[in-house]
Amino acid sequence: MSILLTIAVIALIFIVIFQIAKASEYVTVLRGEGKGLRQSNKINGALMIAFLVLGLIGVWYCNDIYFGKTLLAHDAASVEGARVDTMMWYTIAVTGFVFIITQVILFFFAYKYQQNDEGKVYYFAHDNRLEFIWTIIPAIVLTFLVVIGLRNWFLFTGEPPKEAMVIEITGKQFGWIYRYPGKDAAFGKKYFKNIDPATNSLGIIWEDKLSHDDVITEQTMYLVKGKPVKLVIGSRDVIHDVGLTHFRMKMDAVPGIPTTMWFTPKYTTKEMKEITNNPNFVYEISCDQMCGNGHYSMKGIIDVVEQEEFDMWMAKQKPQYLVNFPDKDPSISPVADSTKPVIGMATAGKKEKTNM
Amino acid sequence: MSHEVETHAAGVVTTHEEHGHHEHHEHHDTFITKYVFSQDHKMIAKQFLITGMFWAVLGGLMSVLFRLQLGYPDSTFPWLETILGKWAKGGHITPEAYYALVTTHGTVLVFFVLTAGLSGTFANFLIPLQVGARDMASPFLNMLSYWFFFIASIVMLSSLFVETGPFSGGWTAYPPLSALGDASPGSKTGMDLWIISMALFVVSSLLGGLNYIATILNMRTKGMSMTRLPLTIWALFFTAVLGVLSFPVLLSGFILLIFDRNFGTSFYLSDIFVNGVGALPNEGGSAILFQHLFWFLGHPEVYIILLPAMGMVSEILSVNSRKPIFGYIAMIGSLFAIAILAFLVWAHHMFVTGLNPLLGSIFVLLTLLIAVPSAIKVFNWITTLWRGNIRFTPGMLFAIGFVSLFISGGLTGIWLGNSALDIHLHDTYFVIAHFHIVMGVASMFGMFAGIYHWYPKMYGRFMNNTLGYMHFWITIAGAYLIFWPMHYEGLAGMPRRYYDFSIWESFKQFVELNRFISVVSMIVFGAQILFLINFFYSIFKGRKLTSQNPWGSNTLEWTTPVRPGHGNWPGEIPEVHRWAYDYGKDGKEFIQQTTPVGDDESNH
Repeated sequence: MSILLTIAVIALIFIVIFQIAKASEYVTVLRGEGKGLRQSNKINGALMIAFLVLGLIGVWYCNDIYFGKTLLAHDAASVEGARVDTMMWYTIAVTGFVFIITQVILFFFAYKYQQNDEGKVYYFAHDNRLEFIWTIIPAIVLTFLVVIGLRNWFLFTGEPPKEAMVIEITGKQFGWIYRYPGKDAAFGKKYFKNIDPATNSLGIIWEDKLSHDDVITEQTMYLVKGKPVKLVIGSRDVIHDVGLTHFRMKMDAVPGIPTTMWFTPKYTTKEMKEITNNPNFVYEISCDQMCGNGHYSMKGIIDVVEQEEFDMWMAKQKPQYLVNFPDKDPSISPVADSTKPVIGMATAGKKEKTNM
Repeated sequence: MSHEVETHAAGVVTTHEEHGHHEHHEHHDTFITKYVFSQDHKMIAKQFLITGMFWAVLGGLMSVLFRLQLGYPDSTFPWLETILGKWAKGGHITPEAYYALVTTHGTVLVFFVLTAGLSGTFANFLIPLQVGARDMASPFLNMLSYWFFFIASIVMLSSLFVETGPFSGGWTAYPPLSALGDASPGSKTGMDLWIISMALFVVSSLLGGLNYIATILNMRTKGMSMTRLPLTIWALFFTAVLGVLSFPVLLSGFILLIFDRNFGTSFYLSDIFVNGVGALPNEGGSAILFQHLFWFLGHPEVYIILLPAMGMVSEILSVNSRKPIFGYIAMIGSLFAIAILAFLVWAHHMFVTGLNPLLGSIFVLLTLLIAVPSAIKVFNWITTLWRGNIRFTPGMLFAIGFVSLFISGGLTGIWLGNSALDIHLHDTYFVIAHFHIVMGVASMFGMFAGIYHWYPKMYGRFMNNTLGYMHFWITIAGAYLIFWPMHYEGLAGMPRRYYDFSIWESFKQFVELNRFISVVSMIVFGAQILFLINFFYSIFKGRKLTSQNPWGSNTLEWTTPVRPGHGNWPGEIPEVHRWAYDYGKDGKEFIQQTTPVGDDESNH
């Protein structure tokens, strides 16, 4: 019933608008086309200025209420991210200036040079000097932006510092798997045909000894404040993307082609809670590449902690190899291991999936 | 308004053998040959336009539906279930339906509305009329071009009704998601239909494009040298060249995708384990290869959409400022520069795919280079207004709106083209705001400008001005209200293509803003309905044209009869003596292209 009513009201509004428009058209014709058009010309000219003024107020107002909700309201959470922010401010300054100037001139000219009674115009077909000026100036300004941009680009895409820790992150529909290389600081080889969601989510080749101390977790990735981290990114099925918006970083996860990204966390999660004034703050990994119907729920968490806390956490982790083959674990007595089936690890870490 | 124009047809004595073979045989046109399988470029243009409108309504409606989800994620709308059935169980759009709507909205708007509906309409309508030809080089291929588009439309439409749903992997259709039905139900039958439809669409584009190029190069009337062409024609020419060179690459990408989907090849697939299915046998393919092939069209496609709008806006701004377009040669030069650069920037869509950094830096350079010809165009448009005598016809309003939107959306391109910034902003709402303003809404404005401006030529009647003014002001205000705040969501890192943000601590702070945007988008959609009513009502009841040349325009189309038949000019095709922009010269309001240059005339 309410639906019908809504439709009826909308239809009525359309009919009223339409009738008014039709009537005004008749009036224009009756008054003589020239006169009527002259009047609507004046109205539209005035609206040009009104739109300009209201628009600029709107731009200011929008900034006023939403700036605080953007990431620019507080520091970037990584050393490299701070460079992104600086670059962004330069870009805002340049484009903002051009935006205001050109919009003001455009709408002001439209208003100022609306049809006048003399009908005089200035026949002005070209001017090489003017055109030269507005070719050269944008080119110079852009060069400046390109230089800043490329310096950052080569830094971000270049080699990370030597002391960087390395973590592997693998996307799958719809979650993330993390692997730490363990004491030997090297990952064991893997092959996708070895993947078994229950026991070997990454398809690790256990024959490779380097894999024996690799730690595999899901849900939360732990990073160390002030320590550069290099992420080795992969995907198990479709293309995903590791989006780290607080660190200002992002990189696709492509099946078959590993990619990398590095950055240096600047604040612990605890510190960020204070900086953002949000007690619930967490660093989130958002999937930024359409990956299927659960795309919007493909979330990971990063916990940035101090070195000691990280070491303590790491000490508690058991390499996946020992989880899968408890008989190889010197710390577990042979009696206990039969009670610990291999699936334990895989299901414990699994996060809730949306109902597809 | 201006009165009878001196058509200079009488002064033309030269015979045009090459154009003379078209006879006027309207008397034995049947309904079928006149309105359905027509070979008259003007009728084909209208077919493109009205089919484009159909898709615009459907695509727009889809955006209203998914905006409903984004604006009101917690509400239920029982009527949705009535319309969509299982896709809105309990009155709540499901994720599958949401992604299908987003994908179809994108595909349809980019290809069916802004490519076919915009460039298909106006290339068909304006090229023969403005270069002085009786029809296209091949009217038959031209007709086929429309009917391939029509079949593509039918196939795309049918994909909405298959059981597993239409394709839902985003309009860019990246594999492996688009290649694996097991990874997403939308990639099953829906994707097959999507590819077939797109392949047919490519054929349609190629047939059209080749025809446009041939017509512009070979069928200009006497005196119509390339440098006397109106800028609309130059823009449509570069558009056609872009399409002819890049659409085949897209098709090749699709063919490889079809092979991967159906015949077990591994062009794009490697190292894949699908939940519930297991490891796939494919090895050695590159998912990134598709992105290169896709964006090799995908980026020129942006200009395929934008250039016709630029051309029409140049023409309309000049006519209604009663002033020549400023920097005609620079305008052609910048169109040319944009067309060339369009082919050299595709990988700026791929900065975060693990692209070679050196290659990335070259694409940064070339991408930001596009800002230079774009800036030239903007400054030239603004200078065209300067000291003019502006008539705010609805077409003119939309042309001015186009310039405003092109500035706003173009400037954010400088952010996104700079790879280090793009890393941060890539695939956020900032991108949505950027391309909707600069490509979507701006081109739509170009299209509206064109429709209002050439409507009298199409139907011999005017559209209602008052409705046109309302349409313009609601739409431009709405467009900014919708897309301007989205920049802020992007600056908060909010990713695009998310069905629901409530589980994200980082992105859930925009609930009211999302609702606001959704409400405005519904109002703007309503304003477009107003436009449609105006359009169709005016075909039958609009104010009739009293003169051949209602806008006092210089170009050739206004030398034809009010309702030109097939063949356009009843007698000889007029000869051209000057460029198209002699407005306000030597104290004359306008001098048509058919007027010979007088002895006492000043040089420009």
